Amino acid sequence: MNSTAVDTAGSAPSAFLCHEEPTAHNGTLLGFWIYLMSDCFIFASLFACYAVLGTNDAGGPSAAQILDLPGLAVNTALLLLSSVTFGFAMLEMARQHKRAMLAWLAVAGLLAVGFVGLELHEFHDMIEAGAGPDRSAFLSSFFTLVGTHGLHVSVGILWLIVLMVQLGKFGLTEANIRRLQCLSMFWHFLDLVWVGVFSFVYLAGVLR
Amino acid sequence: MSHPSSPGHADDTLHVHQGSLRGYLTGFVLAAILTIIPFWLVMGHVFDNRWLTITLVLLLAVVQIFVHIIYFLHLDTHSEGGWNMMAFIFTIVLVVIVLGASIWVMYNENANMMPMSPQYQRSGE
Repeated sequence: MNSTAVDTAGSAPSAFLCHEEPTAHNGTLLGFWIYLMSDCFIFASLFACYAVLGTNDAGGPSAAQILDLPGLAVNTALLLLSSVTFGFAMLEMARQHKRAMLAWLAVAGLLAVGFVGLELHEFHDMIEAGAGPDRSAFLSSFFTLVGTHGLHVSVGILWLIVLMVQLGKFGLTEANIRRLQCLSMFWHFLDLVWVGVFSFVYLAGVLR
Repeated sequence: MSHPSSPGHADDTLHVHQGSLRGYLTGFVLAAILTIIPFWLVMGHVFDNRWLTITLVLLLAVVQIFVHIIYFLHLDTHSEGGWNMMAFIFTIVLVVIVLGASIWVMYNENANMMPMSPQYQRSGE
C-alpha cells in the first residue's frame, strides 16, 4: 500500500482503491493530443464560416481577384520545410546530439518566421488595396481563418524560442524532452491545418 | 515523474515513437508531390470544369492530411494505448458533422430565401 492512501486502520483494503496509477503512460502527450483535437474544432468552425461566407464579396474584391497564388506557393513550401526540419531536430534529440538539435530547431524557427513575415506582408498589401477584413463577409472570414492560423504559428515560434533557451541552459532533461515532444506535435499539426487552408481557402476559393 | 510510487513507469517518456529519417523524408516527398499537383491543377488551368478541379484539390488535401498524420505526427493504433487514435476518430466524426452540416444547412437556407433585390425591399414600405 502506498503511503498516499488514506490509512483505514485495521479494515481490509477497499476494492475501489487503485494500486496502479489509472492514467495512461505519457499522460502529458495524450493530454496535449486532446488539446490539438480541440483546436481542430476551432479551425473546423472557421472553415465552416469560410465555406458559407466565402462567396459573399459585397461588391468588393473576390477571392480570384485578391488572393496571390505564387506567394502562397512560397509560404506553403516554407511551412512544409519547417515541419520537416523540426522532425530532423527530433531525430537528433533521440540521438542526444544537443548542438545539432538546436541548429535544426533554429532552422525550423527561421522558416516559420519567414512564413509569418510573408503572411503579414500579404495581409498588409490586401488592406492597402482596400481589401481589409471590414470590406465583406468573404474577407472577414478569410482574415479570421488565416489570421488564427498565423497567430498559432507565431505562438509556436515564441514557445520554440523559450524552449531553446531552456534546452541550452538545462540540456536534454526529461521535462525538456517532454516539452519538445509537445511542441513537435503542435508544429506538425499547424502544417496539417495549413494543408486545409491553402487547398480550401486559396486554391478552391479562387475557383468558386 | 509526478508519481514515484510506480517505478516501472520511470522511463516511459522515452518510449515514444520518434520517427526515422526515412519516415520524415518519405513524408516530405509525398507531401511535396501532393502540394505541387493541386497548385498545377489550379494555376495551369488544366481542366475547364472548375468543380472537377475543386473536387480533385480537396481530395488531394485529404490524402496529404493523412500523410502528415502518419509520417509527421506518427499516429498509429498503438500510441498512448490507442487513446490517441480514439480521440482522433472522435474528432474526425465531429469535424465532418460540423463542416458538412453547416455547408448543407446554409446552402439550403440560402437557396430557399426570398429574393432580396432592392425593389422587393422598397415595395414593403
